Amino acid sequence: MGNETVVSVSHLTKQYRKGVRAVDDISFSLREGEIFGLLGPNGSGKTTTILMLLGLLESTQGSVSILGNDPFRTPLAVKQQVGYMPDTIGFYEYMTAYENLDYTARFLGLDAEQRRQRITASLTKMRLSSRMNDKVRTFSHGMKRRLGLAELLVKQPKIAILDEPTQGLDPQSIVEFLSLIASLRESEGMTFLLSSHQLDEIQSVCDRVGLFSRGKLISFGTVAELGKLHFGSDVLINLQAEGPTDLLPLLKTQQGVLSVEREEEHTYLIKAEKDIRSSLAQAVIGSGCNLSSLELKQHSLNDIYQLAFKEASNEQT
Amino acid sequence: MNKREGSALTGLKVVWLKEMQDYAGNIRMIVLMLLIVLTAGASMYVAAQTLRTYVGEDSFMLLNLFTIGKDPIPSFLSFISFLVPLTGIALGFDAINSEYQNRTLGRILSQPIYRDVLLFGKAFGAVSAMAVMLLALWLLVIGCAMFFLGVPPSGEQIARAMAFYVVTLLYSLLWYMVGMAASIMFRQSAVSALLAIALWLFFMIFWPMIAQLLAYALGGGDSFTTAKLEVVLGRVSPYRLYIESALAILNPSTRSLGIVLFSQLQGAIMGSALPFGQSMLLIWPHLTAFLATIILLFSLAYVLFQRKEIRM
Repeated sequence: MGNETVVSVSHLTKQYRKGVRAVDDISFSLREGEIFGLLGPNGSGKTTTILMLLGLLESTQGSVSILGNDPFRTPLAVKQQVGYMPDTIGFYEYMTAYENLDYTARFLGLDAEQRRQRITASLTKMRLSSRMNDKVRTFSHGMKRRLGLAELLVKQPKIAILDEPTQGLDPQSIVEFLSLIASLRESEGMTFLLSSHQLDEIQSVCDRVGLFSRGKLISFGTVAELGKLHFGSDVLINLQAEGPTDLLPLLKTQQGVLSVEREEEHTYLIKAEKDIRSSLAQAVIGSGCNLSSLELKQHSLNDIYQLAFKEASNEQT
Repeated sequence: MNKREGSALTGLKVVWLKEMQDYAGNIRMIVLMLLIVLTAGASMYVAAQTLRTYVGEDSFMLLNLFTIGKDPIPSFLSFISFLVPLTGIALGFDAINSEYQNRTLGRILSQPIYRDVLLFGKAFGAVSAMAVMLLALWLLVIGCAMFFLGVPPSGEQIARAMAFYVVTLLYSLLWYMVGMAASIMFRQSAVSALLAIALWLFFMIFWPMIAQLLAYALGGGDSFTTAKLEVVLGRVSPYRLYIESALAILNPSTRSLGIVLFSQLQGAIMGSALPFGQSMLLIWPHLTAFLATIILLFSLAYVLFQRKEIRM
């Protein structure tokens, strides 16, 4: 991941005529080669933000800079370098996969040979080369998603914006799709902005995330940073031990421990001020118990998400 | 106000060619074309049989082929005036909403083009497809006329037939624009098709009746005023504009399209043909009205489309 800022959003606001603020004064930036996740429930302003980034929707206030270009003033320069896969991607069903990609590739000003090379290569990469001359109407949902990614590859954008990219995919396809994104970042150096409400998959692939609620960006950072921000501690310790005595009172009295929860009969989740695994190990072994596991656990994005939205709704009420 | 950079026409050729290809291979277009060829062929054959006995007596024999029918088959012009609006509507009613329904709009507009290009490209594609279709029909008619009548057409007849072609193209374009505007107003293509067909039926069947009633109501009992009003109100209908224009072109003896006073006929040689230029002057207001309506409808479609949300 580079240090160059490729997307910069400052105080971006979109207010509709009826006074509804779909996006309310958001600011964030993306670094080159980063995978960034925009999270939030339906209607929280993710797609509106994406459309403004692409210059397809005019902002009411604020500014956006994509690779130094303003998407509204110079939309063609932005669209030339940004690939977009909408949440509900569609292709001309009566055309073949190749024809569909060739149609959009023509907008890029490529000659016939360049188009042929890029389309063939990208379809091969997406494992669709054997189906390139088949009509898209014969494609499954997952294949259409892969075709969407193939279209991005033909464009060779510096930034790829994927709106709900895993929507409607089966678990196996989701895993494949996310690994494709990760490999594209490695091989092509592309920057990705993913919008989703599938938290597990976002956590598995994103470097940083932004949490959206009612048009506002309520949190922004790495999962660890967000955990620290919302839970007040960045250390969760998972401990498994069996023994003659109940470990719960013992663990609670250890220095640095904030709280202890019994998750299963011999499993405890300890919230601590810092990493105190060595002192915990000594205490458990000293009490005559068998320590079988002691690992540092990160707050799950799901926990952070739930808490952040709870906090946000409390603030708003 | 922010000013956009880059040409608004970037990518126009790509959309135009794709749309023209789509329209040409469109099953609706093929069915309508077959229908037109079959019906027009029948009326041409009947007209040619009737006219064969008069070969050499009429210097505008070829043009009569377009206007003469024989019970129960109507004239070529009647068929065309009925089927051409249907063709325009059939091509336009889902021009934009199909992009929403197929979820292709966001993907296409995220390419380096302005959204104007999609509208222009679709309109140009449709015009080109209809122009090619009507030209093929036009050539077929001229060819059949020469085959059946055995007389080559004169230069003026060709010019008049060409003018008829242009008027028919404008008429079809007008109905395409109605369909296109409806396709932007409504997300469901069935609704846009219904609206366009309802407008077509209204102007073809109901408006002449309404115009007559209005003329009687507003005429104040004066028969001349009533008749004049009926003509003026009737011309609100594109169907009437088209029929009047076609008759003025195809029937060179047509000297006026409105009410003719006896004083105006003084010195006129009844039944004599008007020169081509004079016939064109006669329909010039009609052509202007067609063009103005097309531009108005396109502007409406343009504004509606620019204000439309991209998201599905």
